[in-house]
Amino acid sequence: MTDTRESRSKDSISFVVNGDPKTVRAYPMERLLDVLRHELQLTGAKEGCGEGECGSCSVLMDGMLVNSCLIPVLQARGSNIVTIEGIAAGNTLHILQQTFLDHGGAQCGICTPGMILAAVHLLNRNPEPTLEEIREGLSGNLCRCTGYSQIIEAVAEASRRKAMA
Amino acid sequence: MSSDRIVGNSVPRKEGRDKVTGRSQYVDDMVLPNMLFGATVRSRIPRGRIRKITFGSGIAWSEFAIVSAKDIPGKNCIALIGDDQPCLAHEVVNHPEEPILLLAHPDRYLLPQAVEAISIEYQPLPAIFTIEESERCSEIILGKDNIFKTYLIEKGAIDGIWEKAAYIVEGEYTTGAQEQLYIENNGMIAAFDASQGITVWGSLQCPYYIHKALMALCNLPAEKVRVVQMETGGAFGGKEEYPSMIAAHAALLAMKSGKPVKIIYDRMEDMAATTKRHPSRTRHRTAVSKDGKILGGEIDFTIDGGAYATLSSVVLSRGAIHAGGPYYWPSIRIRAKAVATNAPPHGAFRGFGAPQSLFAMERHMDRIAQQVGLSPVEIRRRNFLQPGQTTTTEQVVREPIDLSKLLDRALEVSDYHSKTKRFANENQNPTTKKGMGIASFLHGAGFTGSGERYLSSVVGVEGCADGTVRVLVSSTEFGQGTKTVLSQIAAEALGLPYEEVSLAQADTLEVPNSGPTVASRTVMVVGKLVQSAALGIRQTLLSSSLLRETYTAEEFRGACIEYVAAHGQFRSWSRYEPPADIFWDDEKYRGEAYAAFAWAVYIAEVTVDLTTYTVSVDDFVALQEVGKVLHPLLARGQIIGGVAQGIGFSLYEKVVWQNGRMQNGQMTNYIIPTSTDLPPIRVFFEELGNVHGAHGAKGIGELPMDGPAPAIINAASNALGVHFNSIPLLPEDIMDAATVTAQELGAESAGQVQSQ
Repeated sequence: MTDTRESRSKDSISFVVNGDPKTVRAYPMERLLDVLRHELQLTGAKEGCGEGECGSCSVLMDGMLVNSCLIPVLQARGSNIVTIEGIAAGNTLHILQQTFLDHGGAQCGICTPGMILAAVHLLNRNPEPTLEEIREGLSGNLCRCTGYSQIIEAVAEASRRKAMA
Repeated sequence: MSSDRIVGNSVPRKEGRDKVTGRSQYVDDMVLPNMLFGATVRSRIPRGRIRKITFGSGIAWSEFAIVSAKDIPGKNCIALIGDDQPCLAHEVVNHPEEPILLLAHPDRYLLPQAVEAISIEYQPLPAIFTIEESERCSEIILGKDNIFKTYLIEKGAIDGIWEKAAYIVEGEYTTGAQEQLYIENNGMIAAFDASQGITVWGSLQCPYYIHKALMALCNLPAEKVRVVQMETGGAFGGKEEYPSMIAAHAALLAMKSGKPVKIIYDRMEDMAATTKRHPSRTRHRTAVSKDGKILGGEIDFTIDGGAYATLSSVVLSRGAIHAGGPYYWPSIRIRAKAVATNAPPHGAFRGFGAPQSLFAMERHMDRIAQQVGLSPVEIRRRNFLQPGQTTTTEQVVREPIDLSKLLDRALEVSDYHSKTKRFANENQNPTTKKGMGIASFLHGAGFTGSGERYLSSVVGVEGCADGTVRVLVSSTEFGQGTKTVLSQIAAEALGLPYEEVSLAQADTLEVPNSGPTVASRTVMVVGKLVQSAALGIRQTLLSSSLLRETYTAEEFRGACIEYVAAHGQFRSWSRYEPPADIFWDDEKYRGEAYAAFAWAVYIAEVTVDLTTYTVSVDDFVALQEVGKVLHPLLARGQIIGGVAQGIGFSLYEKVVWQNGRMQNGQMTNYIIPTSTDLPPIRVFFEELGNVHGAHGAKGIGELPMDGPAPAIINAASNALGVHFNSIPLLPEDIMDAATVTAQELGAESAGQVQSQ
């Protein structure tokens, strides 16, 4: 972990997280991941590699899938952020959360929040992806447990259920 | 009992909802008041004497808790099998990244620069880095001969077979180190209190390994050490033994500072410092009859243990016992040894020695087939173990296994015969070549030999005050489904709905020592104990007349509540009893090595692209016999995930070493398969039944790691007509081989290959 605060002082930075406006006092170059986890106690985003390779820190920023370990919090100013904590409607799971459960898409669970957000992002752009498009759409998120098959099946099933709904 | 209603069904994963909503608490998600953050100062050289440690200027050292070997209250070692690995290096270092000092500070961001500011002067000593250097004994770094452990397995009269042989087939096969690469890095939190002792929370597989290590290190009695498993984000063996080291470090810092201390490794530290799969070299010399039957052979299996013994002796044992594969050897001599080098100790990784020795065996079978002039299918069929025959350790095969039938099924579902025929024609096309490869193999479930007897695991089942049931085990969940499957088994035994049963958190204050969560033993060994402990709860309620033979969930709940109200805590225990007919001789390494084996035939279809020299796996059939499948969804997930790791082991994952240090310890340059790299992995279970485990289930977790590498490399060898004997097999290796082959074939064919 490197010191991303430099010598500058903390700034007041505002953005919307999971629909709620938030203002944090943070060093401008602090990683969005750390601000979410340490300041806002949103620990669903995980650090797997710290260099944007594994995708377990994925969140949605203004609808884009980003690695929050690579985003200085200053860059998030004024943006609309969605984390894994923000996608269920109360006690009703998001359709992808449900299909991940039904199809064995989560094993150890550490890549799951990022993986689900990557899948949300994929289905937002492309509601009926082919299996190849699903593989491509999730290729920025590494999973060491599942071999991906059951994740891909979960995403395909969510797409089917959405189409029927 | 009622028929199986819960076991055999894919019930919802117990902790699944927390995982998909991000609510699961992993160790880095936990915060304690006044918590400090810890960091480790490590050796930058492979071997030498520590001469001087200097704390540089510009750092407010008085704000830091600083721990060295001198602060250790008990014995400076990580107690495991032996006590040779120091917790903190004192006078000498034996590998790069060996821990020397520990620091803690309230501000996590100050730690990296503090670690940087410490300079350590060494008197370097000569170091060795490969199996061959270790064998040559040019430098002695351990004992008299650099050897941690040897085994000799002998069966039949090997010395007379060579003159009877129509063919003598020799080969040498090597496998590289492999990083477990769980996505959650290692981490621990420790807190110390003089009256309560040490508590650690962490990402781990084996709570009682850590418990034992902390007792010795901190000089504390059992009741003053508590180990709690947090949700664990992948392990694969990589969190079997090393978490004891991190727990020890966090505990020492907590004792020194009087505050809770959290140590979380980042990816680079985790990859550089923690264990990996043992690199191996296997030599085969096999006597074969004219009709392709194995008469006997010699196998020399050697693994690189790194600088300390840790688990190498047991990895070696499993590798040696699996070295003969699922074949009948009338005679055999297996010599196995683990040698020392100046690399960080290698350790547990799914398969535990078997993927290494089975890679060699299955590549060698294809070599034998070629020399005898038989197909890879036929050579295997002629040598498969049959019920009634004995394994290399002279264990009689009592299971009604029919490997030829498994092979036939795998050939059928992979469309092997028509594809091999078709590829032989199509491979005239010089730019891409296709091939098919087979691996047939076995994997022993549970601890080896007398291991389960020594472990003597204990399991508890509790009827709670609210009428629900809790399973008390130290078996941990790290993705495989421990919580789900053990709950299924208990619910089934009690005739209750699955929802009525849960697993207690793996906390040594609460759960007994049901052994480590390793060796594919959880369902088969621990599951069986859960079943019998659960039946004890039922029996008590029946005999106290609180319950009749048949009951509803509500009646059970009521009876349980009543029992607890009248008698207090309501727990039933079950301890492992070794089956009477199991015999094992630790001295001669002979007898019943495992209570049960899982059996499998895997078939890979690959394309080798001679423009890029890459191998892609186009189809993968994983067919196995694992006894009763208790949870089809989880079982399939285990197999697919294991195959994916096996594909990485074969084609992608290369640890690049320089002077004992991993040079590519980042996810950017140590490559594991992504979702676009993997083929459809088609999973088939053939259930034959087995008497040992709960409901006839055998171990499953490690099996799928054994087969992919030989199946894929056999397929690549088949595609190109070149024998590849080392993994990982990277494009540059294929380019070299293709170039050499082309040169051997002469100018004309060289033009074909090289002009691409």
